[in-house]
Amino acid sequence: MKQKRLIVRSSILVVIGIALAYTFYANFIADHSVAQAGDYSINFVLNDLEGERIELEGMKGKGVFLNFWGTYCPPCVKEMPIMEELYTEYKDQGVEIVAINANETELQVENFANRLGLTFPIAIDKGRNVIDAYGIKPLPTTILIDEHGVIVRVFSGGMTEQMVRDFMEEIKPGT
Amino acid sequence: MSKFTCECGHKNPRGTFVCESCGKPVEGNEQKEQLLDMKYEGVARRSQTYTTTFIDKIWMFFSSVKVGIWIIVVTLVASAIGTIYPQEMYIPPTVNPANHYADEYGLMGQLYYQLGFHNLYSSWWYMLLIAALGVSIFIASVDRFFPLYRALKTQRVTRHENFLKRQRVYGTSAVDDIDRSFDLAKEKLKEKKYNISEENGNIVAEKGRFARWGPYINHIGLIIFLIGCMLRYFPGMYVDEHMWIREGETTVVPSTGGKYHVGNEEFLIELYDEDDEVFKEAMQRAGGPVVKTYQTDAVLYEREDTGAVGSEGELIEVDRKKIRVNDPMKFDSFALYQVDYKLHELNTMSFTLENKETSETFGRVDIDLFNPRSVYDLGNGYRIEIREYFPDYFMNSSNIPTTRSQIPDNPVFIFEMYTPETPEGEVSFVGIRTNLEPVGENNYKMTFVDVETKHVTALIVRKDHTLPFLIIGGIIFMIGLVQGSYWAHRRIWLQRIDGKVWVAGHTNKNYLALRKDIEFAIADTGISTPIDQVEEEEITKDKNN
Repeated sequence: MKQKRLIVRSSILVVIGIALAYTFYANFIADHSVAQAGDYSINFVLNDLEGERIELEGMKGKGVFLNFWGTYCPPCVKEMPIMEELYTEYKDQGVEIVAINANETELQVENFANRLGLTFPIAIDKGRNVIDAYGIKPLPTTILIDEHGVIVRVFSGGMTEQMVRDFMEEIKPGT
Repeated sequence: MSKFTCECGHKNPRGTFVCESCGKPVEGNEQKEQLLDMKYEGVARRSQTYTTTFIDKIWMFFSSVKVGIWIIVVTLVASAIGTIYPQEMYIPPTVNPANHYADEYGLMGQLYYQLGFHNLYSSWWYMLLIAALGVSIFIASVDRFFPLYRALKTQRVTRHENFLKRQRVYGTSAVDDIDRSFDLAKEKLKEKKYNISEENGNIVAEKGRFARWGPYINHIGLIIFLIGCMLRYFPGMYVDEHMWIREGETTVVPSTGGKYHVGNEEFLIELYDEDDEVFKEAMQRAGGPVVKTYQTDAVLYEREDTGAVGSEGELIEVDRKKIRVNDPMKFDSFALYQVDYKLHELNTMSFTLENKETSETFGRVDIDLFNPRSVYDLGNGYRIEIREYFPDYFMNSSNIPTTRSQIPDNPVFIFEMYTPETPEGEVSFVGIRTNLEPVGENNYKMTFVDVETKHVTALIVRKDHTLPFLIIGGIIFMIGLVQGSYWAHRRIWLQRIDGKVWVAGHTNKNYLALRKDIEFAIADTGISTPIDQVEEEEITKDKNN
């Protein structure tokens, strides 16, 4: 009988404990971002500034460096030339950059791209569909997708040249 | 569980104070002259009986009402403190909370912030308190309900002398014809809606036992309510998001996975008429225009599933609704509520090209601030090009003109003006009430003509699957409360012992009413009215003083 009581009490406490632990975990520890490392990337279709259709699925086999940015965000502006420089270096190694602008006007984005001489594809996310789908909150946020379409890393904040290089290495196909 | 057998033959669990069946006080717990402690019928509360293991100690801690009351007091005080100053979510979003509290509320505010009270209701320790409250309610209820239920179920009619003697209402009397007296009393008690049970010529009359379950039902309601609160943190149960939509714009509804889009066809605002006799006084008190209604003519679209988010996929209209405050648009399990608006946001700015000397104007350019073109051809060799556009202009720390956001709150253009006279182009820097010539004297200037504004509506996207739990929990809570508050459990024992009639009564509240019931029942039976031993004691005390 004594054994039974202990078992009953312990199991009730365990159930309560698990429920509370999960609540605390969900509220304080869990990462609520939509896109997480290890998830399969969400396919999207956008047109870049040249009017070329960009579809994420179509880039299978390449690593994709997905950068969300705006001209009004100083760290975004700062890392653009770095990305441009490394883009030429890593393009041949199978890494593609797609810079998704947060719903600004074409005029601004085009002017900006021309001024900095950016050659990688830039697409404007009209209506913020892709930003919503990926749950992007702060800018810049960079999402690294490997050649199989799996998200390897989600990084929020400005990047140094070394970081961009490391990220490129991370998604280089065949590594 | 080890048991012991009472002299009446009933096996009681260890730790029992009063035999569950006959009511004989258990040896060792006996202090002859005192009234019986009838709390929970003197049952063995297991948490108090078995306290050896660690688990038992946790059980004992949470089953204590004293601990429970302290948890409630601490929670109450903490909740009250959280209302002294606004919580972080209610201060302006642009300010730094670290400074805001100190600036607004002085030293106390600073302390408030540093102690973390600005985020009290979502702090880990507050949630822990609520959790402790839930656990305490649950364990304390389990610990009391089951033994009490068993004791009330196994109680027998004939009680032990010591049980009767030590009830609060108790009396003995000699009666000529006990059978006749009992029959009379029985009739009277039935009239009062008592349930009568008989055994060997002894009687127990009982009513309102279900009132004893009130607190436990109340607690079940509370626990369901708390589970509802807890579920808010589980994925998919609760969504609370904010979205802004300009007139004429269509935006994706957050948290719907890109499935739903909502368009704002028109935003209306209606003010109270200031000249209306009825409202005049109230309007003056308000010291400004008062909003009567604001409304968004919303169109809901569902996006065709193309397997990709973004620019492709047809939007199919599924619903239309005029969203007003407290009149949301509902779809799936979502609701869109009207919460806020921004009036007269700049949308289109119009300029004309003017010869500074002759004041002659050439054409007109209407610039859509959300989609400006790079070239505006005015014909006859007159052309405007926009070299730079800053929707929300400011000079950054390294003195470079830039924009703060994509919202055109302070639009600035750098135009290049081409005319047959000036084929090289002239540069002009134009903003609101600004018109500069940064690279030398110009012959032409861009003259501001007109501006068009649009309203922006703010909607809340809300999904709440926890509401049914809160409603059902609340209803059960109230049922339990009413059950326990408006009914009383009363028992009256009439027993014949050694040729005398013994009367005893017990109730969980309102002894006066119980005594009245007894008096009514024994009115013509010759049984003398039993005394209230508690009252008696007080009277004797008063006399002695």
